[in-house]
Order: sequence, then structure tokens, then C-alpha cells
Amino acid sequence: MSDTVTSGGAMSRMPKLLRNADPAVATAFACIVALLVFGSLYSPSFLSPEYLLQQLKVASFLGVIATGMMLVILLGQIDLSVPWAVATGAMMASAAAAFGPTGVALAIPFGILCGVLIGVVNGIGVAYLRIPSMIVTLATNAVAQGLMVVYTGGFSPQDSATAAMRYLATGSLIPGVPNAVIVWALIGAATVFLLTRTTFGRSVYAIGNRERAAYLSGVDTRRIVLIAFAIAGGLSAFGGVLLAGYASKAAQSMGDAYLLPAIAAVVLGGTSILGGRGSYLGTVAGIILITLLQSILSVMQMPEAGRQIIYGVVIVSMLLLYGRAPASR
Amino acid sequence: MSEWRFWFAAQKGTLLALGIFVAMFILYTSNHPAGFTANVVQTASNKGVLLAFVAMAQTLVVITAGIDLSVGMIFLLTNCLASWLVVGGPVETTLGVIAVLFVGILCGALNGAIVIYGRLQPIVATIATGAVYFGIALLLRPFPGGSVNEDLADALTGRLFGFVPASLVTLLATVLIIWVPFSRSVYGRAAYAAGSSEVAAYMSGVPIKRGKFLAYTLAGLLASIGGLFLTFFTYTGEAAYASGNAYTLFSIAAVVLGGVSLFGGRGSVIGAIFGAFAFRTIGDLLFVFDLDPLWQPLFQGVVLLLAVSLGAFALFRVKNRLEWFG
Amino acid sequence: MDTASEETPLLQMEGISKRYGGVRALEDADLVVHAGRIHAILGENGAGKSTLIKVMSGVVAPDQGRIVLDGREVTFDSPAAANRAGVVCIFQELSLIPELSVADNIVISDPPKKFGMIDRKAQRRIAEEALARAGASDIHPSALVKDLPLSRRQMVEIAKALARKPRILILDEATSALTAADVSKVFDVLKRLREEGLALLYISHRMHEIAELADDCTVFRNGRKIATYKAGTKSDTEVIELMIGREYQNVFPPKSAANSTAKPILECRGLTWTDRLTDISFAVRPGEVIGLGGLDGQGQRELLLALFGVLRGCSGEVVIDGKPVRLGSPAQASSGEIGMALIPEDRKTEGLMLPMSVRENLAFSAMDKVSKHGIIDRAAEDRLLDEMVKLLAIKTAGLEVPVGALSGGNQQKVVIAKWLMRHPRIILLNDPTRGIDVGTKQEIYQLLRRLADEGAAIVFYSTDYDELIGCCDRVLVLYDGAIKRELAGDEITEHALIASALNIDVAQAEKMARAHP
Repeated sequence: MSDTVTSGGAMSRMPKLLRNADPAVATAFACIVALLVFGSLYSPSFLSPEYLLQQLKVASFLGVIATGMMLVILLGQIDLSVPWAVATGAMMASAAAAFGPTGVALAIPFGILCGVLIGVVNGIGVAYLRIPSMIVTLATNAVAQGLMVVYTGGFSPQDSATAAMRYLATGSLIPGVPNAVIVWALIGAATVFLLTRTTFGRSVYAIGNRERAAYLSGVDTRRIVLIAFAIAGGLSAFGGVLLAGYASKAAQSMGDAYLLPAIAAVVLGGTSILGGRGSYLGTVAGIILITLLQSILSVMQMPEAGRQIIYGVVIVSMLLLYGRAPASR
Repeated sequence: MSEWRFWFAAQKGTLLALGIFVAMFILYTSNHPAGFTANVVQTASNKGVLLAFVAMAQTLVVITAGIDLSVGMIFLLTNCLASWLVVGGPVETTLGVIAVLFVGILCGALNGAIVIYGRLQPIVATIATGAVYFGIALLLRPFPGGSVNEDLADALTGRLFGFVPASLVTLLATVLIIWVPFSRSVYGRAAYAAGSSEVAAYMSGVPIKRGKFLAYTLAGLLASIGGLFLTFFTYTGEAAYASGNAYTLFSIAAVVLGGVSLFGGRGSVIGAIFGAFAFRTIGDLLFVFDLDPLWQPLFQGVVLLLAVSLGAFALFRVKNRLEWFG
Repeated sequence: MDTASEETPLLQMEGISKRYGGVRALEDADLVVHAGRIHAILGENGAGKSTLIKVMSGVVAPDQGRIVLDGREVTFDSPAAANRAGVVCIFQELSLIPELSVADNIVISDPPKKFGMIDRKAQRRIAEEALARAGASDIHPSALVKDLPLSRRQMVEIAKALARKPRILILDEATSALTAADVSKVFDVLKRLREEGLALLYISHRMHEIAELADDCTVFRNGRKIATYKAGTKSDTEVIELMIGREYQNVFPPKSAANSTAKPILECRGLTWTDRLTDISFAVRPGEVIGLGGLDGQGQRELLLALFGVLRGCSGEVVIDGKPVRLGSPAQASSGEIGMALIPEDRKTEGLMLPMSVRENLAFSAMDKVSKHGIIDRAAEDRLLDEMVKLLAIKTAGLEVPVGALSGGNQQKVVIAKWLMRHPRIILLNDPTRGIDVGTKQEIYQLLRRLADEGAAIVFYSTDYDELIGCCDRVLVLYDGAIKRELAGDEITEHALIASALNIDVAQAEKMARAHP
């Protein structure tokens, strides 16, 4: 309808990396640097390798979860079932451990599978029933919560994480480098590959830009959406598995604290909430930014209340800076 | 005669919600150990009214084809605020109530301004503002506590003439004072028009922006009335994250059950109220059947999932697959 | 200029020009409208009629020119502003709000109020009056618009316009969805309004309607006003002469001798879909270019979508290579054994992902050709894409440029190229040259003929009659969702196309064609 063709003539001649580094990603990295400087003023140990590695480790849990969220947001959808997909993954993996050696061996895959199932329900609702993703995922979140409450009896589950889960979350295969960071790096690398080098990735971006055009180009857009939601569910659950390993056990509302940060990390990293645009580099920046922000606030002994307020304000103001919808006539 | 037919068609969603509620309520009271007594009705109405206010708030925003994921948090925030302010003598209490409602209006207006004039997607914007509102609530009440003018609280949660629950009367008054004027005003109609077809509304010269802004603002007000009532029931303020989230979620369920279209333009607050009562009663059914209350969240989740899937039936009428993509 | 009356005109438009990108829609156009008369506007597709109306009713701003109302110059910055000045337009695309009632819609822009609230009784009264004036008392004011059939909605649209007390009422194809009974009612209404002193502008393709109603007629062509005359002073033949006669600027490749012995690749038997397509049957052989003609919106778009598997609930048969097939999605239609491609109507929303690169867009339909197990082989992709860019001479600074940065013509080439990567056997094109430059158009004509010569079957919808004449071996003219006429070879003339598109007596048109070779 309206002629909003991009005027990317000059932009396009830049090398790919620079072109992809849109202002949002640059801003996010600038904010990270600013936070580090600010933090080092507060406490000199802020720039020490130990502290930074510790931050990366904490970031990797959010990183795994936000990766799934990014896939879904690239489609122009959203996944609000993260809280209980995380908790379900953690609880089911821990629960499996109670079933002898086979259970212990299959604990992690089983936890992830449960998350995939949640994602599949989301995907069917969004892709095939065309229910707004926000609504379906809220509903599946409620169902997952209900299932877990029934399973645990409303208390923190007694099962504890398997050794493998603990090792993944807290051990370090390479001395000095936490395994969680390696896990995140692997998932991140796989995601970059998926998004840039595969037909699936191309389709995800295309659907986010214009599902109608993707459909008319002969792509089975519904299948792609379903798969993306399934992956997102699986990654949320895997995040839960890692968190359970980190804390040695699952907890009732362990996932609640990850929904908003996951969305925030993706959106602050320059991925358009309307879909179709965004790079994983930006999401990485967003994840680190959020983690550092949390860390500084806790170093400053900012209570939970202040943290929530600062989150909300930061997200709204950064989005007002660069995430707005085009003006209607 | 044919007048009836159109009225019936327009109120189909509302009537269906009423039907579900009546059926569930009969099932509920007939199996309740105490039966259909003023006490049972009072308790049920008090529980239902809380969700009804939040669902009314959600309805106003949903009519404009938006969504407000911060209603539950406005509800919590005003609850915590009321537990500080709505105390003391009649004058202080009145001022306190006014202040609480004003804060609700402010929250709603902020949401509206960010969504309409800041042009952010309602979903992200209200998730973020919801975090802010929750943060403020937590600042006000790091731990559950506070108090409220108990005379007022007891009056509004008790019974009139021995059998009419006062909370229901307040709900009715709110409908008459807020919803009826809004729905019959130019701005109310603009909110519906914008939700139904923004382009046609623009072509017809409808005040789209002001209509939507008023809808968001009144949503904040309604959520704050809900927050006040929560204080009247519990005598305390509590910033419970899970409870705020649950109210947001249930408000969407109530809206859907009440025949309000999530795509905007259709439905009414009355339907959402019946939807809220029906949803509450369904949740409580488990108690009277002596089932483990642990099953309640699952039961409610499944009801919600089924309710939102109902809308998908319209899909089978779509003849041109391109319409899937809006 | 033989204007109809000597009194001061109610509205004058002078020297109006409007461009959309590189395409000129209106060029120095004039129009004079008098009170108490019905003024018909004629012209073929793309003559500038719609743009003229949009300018007049405040939907688009003109680049140049002035509008004089009652002797005073005015500018309308929105439809609402035009309404306030008494200029009300009934648009083809409906401006009703589906979820509101008929009465709500009729008073939507200025509802009656009492104590600040909408006065429902007064609203009801206004709506009933307006409906009665429009001759549509059968419509209940409390009915929801979305529950009404299209013809009733159109009547509500007319009632809504009347309720605004217009001085100038514009009807843009307002009768296209109406039943015959409604049309005669609307005509009575319009004649009464004329007596009441309104100025009416009437845009229609139906010549007999114009003959019955109009006092004055103005013909547009290529964005310019060609002539204004009193109704009844020119014959249909003369009117069609005025509407055509555009300068031929296109050069077409020679048509190859059709191979009439080959078996059809694509056959369509009795294809019907809702009320938009009725009993469509035709066959296309390899090497043939079949044109779809007719006025815009007569079901051509739906026909292409139905063939491509987008529409649900089609009855009738689609036969590929002699075998009936059921195509349920573009993915099936474009699969190897079917080999169909659709160049869609709107390249910006249906053909391309504008912010994505030329590479991603070009390879998108043929990802299976450049990937193995879902992993894209960049080297193979580069090779194929380079070939395609050269083949179609797409002007781009590289494969990584966002496709939105290319010119319209090059964007359209990308859309075509992305389908050619699959080597389709059946190519459906939906008005592929709309809004692109002459040079690129020529290249597309050459390409189509070459593809046909290589054995593809081509179905080509165009709103430009020149193209149908220059490119097609046969033309199917659609009217109201059905094939009205099939023209082949020398029969494909502008006279024949326009006459059958307007559903005028064909014999007369043929006589006319012989009289003016």
C-alpha cells in the first residue's frame, strides 16, 4: 500500500557484518561497556576475569531460553509459556532421575522432550488454528503449570537433579570455563548456522517479514512455525534443566523470573517484535546486557522492587528509541 | 419481534456466558454442603467480583484489538496502595479511595500513551509497564501487611437487606457509572470501530486515537476498583507476583468465555462479567465434588485452552487461504 | 468545451496532476460539476478515474492543481474534511465497520447526542430515514453489517452517504455489487437527489446505466480529460473511440505459430468458487500465451489463485497433463510434478520480502535446488543466482542488497526470476507490468514469448489491453466471474476487448471494428 521502500542504497555497500550491526546492536554493546565502567567504579573486582566468567555463566541460562524466544519473535510471534516450560523441563528431568539408571541417563532428553511437547501445542494453536500466539502460549503455560502442580502436590519437588545435569550447569570441562557457557556457545553457534545457512532459517525470516509472500512462494509456512515453536519449547525446558542442575533441584516458580528478561534480551538486541529482522549477535548483546544490569543492581543491593521497575523502564525507553511501529497516515 | 432477533444476535456471547454461569452455579450450589444460602452466594459473589473487575478492564482494551498484560499488576499495585491509604476516619478513607482510583487511571493512561502515541506493540509495552507496576507494588509492600478501614470493607463485602451481596451491588453500580456511558459515547463507539476495522474507521472520520486512549485509561480505573476490593476482602496488601499473573491470565479467559472477540470490535463488559463468574464457578466446582484442590490450576488451564481454541472454528469458513495471513 | 449549463459550476477541478512513484495517474486534468445534474465519468482501466475521485474526496492530495467549490478554492486534507464541505464519496472498497450495526454505521461520523451520550432513538430515526431515502427500508437498522450480504452493504453505504447531507455525491462503481432490483431503486433515488439540486458524479462501466442516468459525460484516458459532452449526443461507438486511441508505445515480439496439435498441459473444467467464479473452462497448450481480459475485479485474480491452490471450496476440475489434480497449497502447485508458478498481484506484499536481500528473495522459491538436507550450498546458490541475474539483466549492486532498494521494474524481475529458478511449466501472471517502466515491460514481453517458445504454458492477466493484444495467442474476457468471450488471433482487437469487457453487444462491436480498421 504505502511506499515504504527502504532507502538502503548506501547501507548495502557496507560489508555484511557492519550492515547487520544495526544501531540497536551497537547501542546494546555500548550499554554493556557503560555498565562495566559504571560497575568498576562501584567495585574494582567488577572487571576481574573471575567475575566476568561468573556473569557469563549466569547469562548462559538466560541465553539458552532467550534463543528459543528469539526464534519465535523472528516469526512475529511471542512465547509466553516460557515460565512453566522452564519449570516443566526442570521438574520432569529431575523426576526421571527417580526411575533407576535408565531414568538418570534419559533425564535430560526427557526434560527437553516435555518442553518440545509444550512447544508443539503452541505451534499447532498458532500455525494451524491461527489463534494469536500470545493467547495460546498463555493458555499452555497455565496447563503446564496445572500439570506440574498436580505432579508436585504444590510443593517444591523432592527429586534432585542428576549428576549429569549438575555437571552441565556447574562443572567445567575446560579448566576455568564453566560448562554452562560452553553449552550456550554451542547452542548459539547452532542457532547462527540455522538462521543463516539453512532453508529453515531463511523461511523463519521470510515468514516474519511477510507470511503471505512466503506462503505464495511455495513454502509450507505452517510447518515452519510449528517447528520453531517446538524448538523454543525445547530450549526453554533445557534452560530449566540447566537451572535445576545449577540449584541441584527444581522449584515451583523457577521460570517466572525468565519470561520478561528473555523477551527484553531479544528485543533490546534489535530483533523487531514484529518479526523478520534481527541477528543472534544482537540477542547475545541483549542477554549480556540484562545479566549485567541484574548483577549491578544486586551488587548495589537494589531490592527486587527496584529491579522490576528498572527493567520495565529500560525496556520501554529503549523500545521507544528504536522499536516503534511506523506511523499510520 | 424482529427487534428481539437482533438483540439476541448481538448478545449471543453474553447470553452464552450467562447460560454457562447459571448452569455451573446450579451445579455448584446443589452439590454444596450448605446449599443455596445467602452465605454461599455472598462468598461466591465476593470471589467472582474480584475477577469481574479485572476482566472488565481487560475487555475495554481487547475491544480496541489490543491486550493489557499489566491489568493484574495494576490490580496488585492498587491493592498495596489501598492497604496504606484507605484507613482512618471517613474523610481520610474517602481521600484514600480517590487516590487509589487516581493511580489506577494513571497506570491505564500510561499504557495507552505508550501504545497509541509511542506506537509500541500492546503486548510488549504492557509486559514492561506491568513489571514497573509490580515493582512499585513491591516497594509499597515488601511483605504482606497493612490495613484498611474495616467498616467500609465490611459494608462493601457484606450483605444488603440480609441477602443481596454488597459487592454485586457495587459491580452493578460500576457498570452503570463507567461502562454504560462509555459504550454509548462517541469514544466508546470509536474504540469498537477501531478494533473492528481501523481503516474503515479512519475513512469515516472516527476519533480513533482518543477512543483507544480512553479505553486503556478506563481499564486502569476498573483494575484499581478491583484492587480496592481485594483490600476489602483481605484487609491487607500483598505484592504476590503469581497472583497478579494469574489475574491477568484469568481476565483473558473470562473475556473469551464472555464472548468478547480477541481480534477486537465485538463483545461487552457484561459478557466478560458473566465470563468471570462462570470461570470462577468452574474452578470452584472441584471443591464441592471433593476433588483435590491441587487439580484446580490444571482444570482452569484446560478450560482456558479450550475456550481460546473455540475461536478457531471460524477458520473453517475461510475460503481464501490468504486470509489466514491478515 | 460544451459544458452543460451556463450557471456557475458547483465544483471545478483545474489542472490536477498526481504521480505515484514514476507512474502518472493524472495529468493536468479538469472537471466541471454542476448542481442538479448527474455527471458520468468514463474511461478504461487506469485512465485516472479513481485517482480523480480520491483527490476530490480528500483521500489523496494532488501534486498540482486546484479545486474550486462555490467559487472558492479549497483543499481537503482528509475524507472528513471533504465530508464537512459536502463532498461525500461512496467508495468501491467499503468503508463500513463490520462489527457495528447498520444504524451505528450510518451515523458514524457525526452521531446525534443527548447529555454527551449517543442518542440511540435519534440515531435510529436518522438511520431509518436514510435507509428509506436510499430505497432500502428492508434493511433493519439493528442488523450488524457483517451479517449482511454484499449487495445490502452497498445499500447501507449509500444510506450512510445520504445521511451526511451531501451536496456532491460521488458513486464509484456503486452499483457493481447490486441486484437488478436494487439498481432500479438506486436510480430512482439518484434521480430524486438530482431534482433536490445535488450534483452527482457517477462512475460506472455499465454503458446502459450511463445512458439511462447521465446528463453529462466526461471521458478520461491516460490520466487526461479527453472530452465532455451531453449525454445522448454520442453513440456507444463514438464513446469507445474516445476511450481508446492511446499512443502505442510498446513493442511486442512476434507471436509464434501456435502448435494446435500438442496436448494441453493445463485444463480447467467448470471451475466455480463462491459467487466470484462461475463455471470457468479452458485449456492451455505448451507454447501458448493465454490472456485474461475484462475490467479489473471480474474474477481474474481469483481464477489465478484458484489454479494455484490458494482458494478453498472450489468445485470443478483442474487437469494437469490429462490427470485431474487437487492442489491445496502453493507448495503443492509449485512442486516438481505440477510445475506451476504464480507471479502475484502485489510484489510488495505477495511477491517479495522487501527488507531481505536479493539473494534471499531470489533463492526463496527454489531453496530445494540450492540446498542439501536443508543446508544451503552457498557456492551452488551463487552460481545459479548469478546466472539468473544476468539472464534477466537485473540491475542491482549485488546479491546482498535489500530487494526493497531496487527500482520497481527490477523488483518485478526478481519476482519473475525467483520462479524461473524452478523452471516452471505453467506460469500464471497477475498484472506483472503494473507500475513499471517501459523498458522493463519490453523485456518481460520478450521473456514471456521466449518461455512459451521453450514449451511453457502461460496464463497472463493484464489490465493493459495493449499487452493482451501484443502478447497473447488467445484472450479470455471475464465478466462477473464468468468467461464472456474468447478471442483468438486477429479477433484480439481493442474494440473487441473493450466491447466484451463492457458486456456490450458483440456483433455491434465487430461491425464497428470493421468500420474503423
